Amino acid sequence: MKRVNLEIVGVGGQGILTSSQVLGAAALERDLDVYMSEVHGMAQRGGVVVTTVKIGEEVYSPLIGKGDADVILGFEPIETYRAIEQASKKTWIVTNEQPIVPFTVSVGTQEYPSVEEKILPSLEKSTDRLITLKAEELAKEAGASITQNIVMLGALSATEVLPINKDDMMKAVEDKVPERFVEMNLAAFEKGFDKTRELIESK
Amino acid sequence: MKELLEDDPGREVLLLGNEAIVRGALEAGIGHGSTYPGTPSSEIGNTFEKIAKEYGMYFEYSANEKVAMETAAAAAVSGVRSMVWMKHVGVNVASDALMTLMYAGTRAGMVIVAAGDPSTHSSQNEQDNRYYSLLGNIPMLEPITPHEAKEMTKEAFDISEELELPVLVRTTTRVNHARGVVTFDDLNEPDNEGHFDKDPGRFVSVPQNARKNHPRLLEQMEKAGPISEESRFTEVIDENDPELHVISSGAGFNYIREAKEEYDLPVSILKLGMTNPLPLEKTKEYIEGAERVLVVEELEPFLEEKVKALAKEVNPDLEIYGKKSGHLSRLYEYNPDRIKEALAELIDFEDDTETLRPEQYDLPSRPPSLCPGCPHRGTYYSVKQALGDKEAVFSSDIGCYTLGVQDPLNTADFLLCMGSSVGAAGGFSKNTDQQVFAFLGDSTFFHSGLAPLVSGVYNDHDFVYVIMDNRTTAMTGHQPHPGTGRTGMGDQAPMLSIEELAEGAGVEFVETVDPYDIEETTEVFERAIEHDGISVVVPKHPCALIEQGEVNWDPYQVDQEECRQCHVCTNKFGCIALVREGEKVIIDETQCVGCGQCAQICPFDAIKQEGEE
Repeated sequence: MKRVNLEIVGVGGQGILTSSQVLGAAALERDLDVYMSEVHGMAQRGGVVVTTVKIGEEVYSPLIGKGDADVILGFEPIETYRAIEQASKKTWIVTNEQPIVPFTVSVGTQEYPSVEEKILPSLEKSTDRLITLKAEELAKEAGASITQNIVMLGALSATEVLPINKDDMMKAVEDKVPERFVEMNLAAFEKGFDKTRELIESK
Repeated sequence: MKELLEDDPGREVLLLGNEAIVRGALEAGIGHGSTYPGTPSSEIGNTFEKIAKEYGMYFEYSANEKVAMETAAAAAVSGVRSMVWMKHVGVNVASDALMTLMYAGTRAGMVIVAAGDPSTHSSQNEQDNRYYSLLGNIPMLEPITPHEAKEMTKEAFDISEELELPVLVRTTTRVNHARGVVTFDDLNEPDNEGHFDKDPGRFVSVPQNARKNHPRLLEQMEKAGPISEESRFTEVIDENDPELHVISSGAGFNYIREAKEEYDLPVSILKLGMTNPLPLEKTKEYIEGAERVLVVEELEPFLEEKVKALAKEVNPDLEIYGKKSGHLSRLYEYNPDRIKEALAELIDFEDDTETLRPEQYDLPSRPPSLCPGCPHRGTYYSVKQALGDKEAVFSSDIGCYTLGVQDPLNTADFLLCMGSSVGAAGGFSKNTDQQVFAFLGDSTFFHSGLAPLVSGVYNDHDFVYVIMDNRTTAMTGHQPHPGTGRTGMGDQAPMLSIEELAEGAGVEFVETVDPYDIEETTEVFERAIEHDGISVVVPKHPCALIEQGEVNWDPYQVDQEECRQCHVCTNKFGCIALVREGEKVIIDETQCVGCGQCAQICPFDAIKQEGEE
C-alpha cells in the first residue's frame, strides 16, 4: 500500500484538530500506521493552523515535503493557497471557498485577494484536481456551522484517496463527537461527500 | 485520556507525544509530577491533571520551573519516582537547582523532560537544550517518535535509579506535538511512599561536600558510558556498503529515514538514542571504515563536533558533512525538503516531484492575535487613552498579552523572558526620563513577578506595574495558578491575592479595575501615571475563552446610519471581529462574543446590540 499524505490547513478555531484526530482514529482502526503533526499553543489564537496526517503500512516522519501531499484539505481559501507548494499535479485540492479575514486585513494594513477573481481561478488553471465548496453553508444546512470540519471530512472521503472507506470514516466521526451531535455531524459528512462526488463526476 | 490508566499491555493507541510521555511515567510507577506549563510541554501537565488522583500519585503546577524542579528533587531523594517537565527555556529558570542537584544526585528515579522548540513556533528563542547535558553532566535521551518518547521516559527512570542521577529526556515540538501509534506495556502502581533518610554529607552542598560530590558525579557519568553503548535506542540501519554514512538523533532522524525508504537510497544511518554520554565505541566503530558521513541533528552541531573529535582518533580522512560544511543549517527545525536538499548534494539522487506553481499573490499574513472579547485589549486601549500624546516605554512579558506587540495596539517594546517586564521596567525608569509600563499576566506574576516587585520598591523604581489578571494561565491552555483557588490535583486552594501581595511589598498605589469598563480603566491609569514610585494596576476579568463557556451575550452590530467611518474601532482598538469592507466597518457575527468593549470606544455610539436604540 502506498502511503497517503494529507495536509489540513486553516485557521485556529475551525475544528481542524478534531478532524485530523478522526482521520487518525479511523486509520488505526484499520491497523494502519499513522503519524500526525499538530499545532497547539500560541499559533492557535486566530493564527494559521497546519496539521499533517500520514497513513500507510509504516510511516517515518510527521511532515510532508514539497509536492508530496496527496490531498490538501483547506478550510480557508488563502490558507489553501499558502499551502500550495505541498501540491503537485496528482494532489487533490479540496478547499472551502469562504474566507476568514485576518486582522491584518481588518485593520486595513494588508489586502485579501479576491477569492472569486484571483484565488479560485488561479487554482483552477494550475490543476484538474480542484474541489471547491461552501463548507460553512453546507454545515449550516446540516444543522450548525461548527460542523464544517466534518463537511470537509466528507469531501475528503469522496476523493477516494484514503485507504479508509466511507462507512469506516463515518463510524470514526460517530465515535469522536458527543452523542447528542452525532446525527448532525453525520448529516454534515454526507453533505460534504455528496457535493464532492457531484463535482468530481461533472469533471 | 482515561485510557492511559488502562493496564492493557500490547494495546495500540494513537497518542500525542506528550500523552505518550505520561503513559511512560505511569508504566514506571511515577509518584510525583511537577511542572510550570510551557509549549510544547503543556499537555503533559494537562493530562496528569486529569488522571493523577485516580492513579494515586501527586501532581502539582508549581509557581515556576525552579520550584517544580526542587519539589521533584525532594521526592526523588526521599525514594519517590518523580518527573518534572517544562519547555526548553523553563530549564533556564530551573537550572540553578539542577546544576547542584547533579552533584548530590537522587535515590529514586528522577526524569526531567525538556521540550525544545526549533523554529520558535511558540517561544522566544530556539536554544538547543542538549548543551545542558554537558553543562550539568546529565545523562540524556532524545526520542524521535511518541512511542519512543514513552519507552525512553520509562527507561529513564531505571537509568536514573541505576546511576542515582536525574536523567534528561530532551524532546522537540515534532515529538511532543506529533501523534503516533504507541504500544502499551504493563501499568505500574504509583510509587509514592517516601521517607527521607538524612545524609548531610551528600545532600547539603556546602563547599567541602561539593568538592566530594563533584568527583562522584564524574564517576557516575563514567558508569553511564556502558549504558549508552548498550542502549536499545541506538541502532545502525542498513550497514551494507553504503555510499554515505549518516549519524543522527532527534526529530531530524525521521526525515532522513523517510527519504532513505522512499527513494531507496544507498545510505546507512547510525541512529543515536542516548546522546549523553555518547556511545563512543559504537560511534567510532561506525565511522572507522566510512569515507563520508553526514550528521543530521536539528539546531547546534552537538553531535557533529563530537564526531569530528572521534574521527581524528580513528579515521582522520573521514569527510564530515553537516553544519560546518554548509549542507545543513543551525537554524530552525528540519523537514523532508531540507534533508532531501542536503542529500542531493552528496549522493546521486533526484527528486522529480513538480510542485504546482499558480500565480503569486501577496497573501495577507495571519499572525496569532488577541481573541474577540479578550480583556487585554481593553487594558491596552485604556493605557493608550490615559497616555494621550505622552510617550511611554512598554516593557512586555511572556503570555497572551505579548500579542499587544501587533497593530494597532503596539504595546510591547521590550521582552526577554518570564518576568522580565518588571525588572526591565525598573531599569528603564532609572536610566531614561520616559514614562514606563510593565505588562504581565497573573500566572507570570506568581512565576517571577514578585522578586522584581520587591526589588523595585526597595530601589525606588518608578513605573506602572500592570498585572493583567485573567484568572488563568491562558496562553498554554488554561492551567490553574496560585491565584485561581484550584490545584493541579483539582482540589480547592486559597486564592492568593495579587493586590495584597503588592501591598505587603510596600506598594502605596494598588488598584483593581474591570478592563471591560474602558472609562474607569482609563481613569485608573491616569492616576497611576501621576503617582511617583511603583503603581500597581490589576485589570481583572476572566479570559474570554473561559467566560464564553459560561455566558451567552448577543453579538454587536455596526449601525451603518450612525457610523461616520472614522475607523477608531479598527485603527485603535482592532478587535478581529471588526472587519473593514472598503470604508465600511462591519462586525463579523461569527466572531463577535458580545463583550461590548468596542461599543464603549465608538465616538458616535454606532456599535449596538440588536434592538438597542
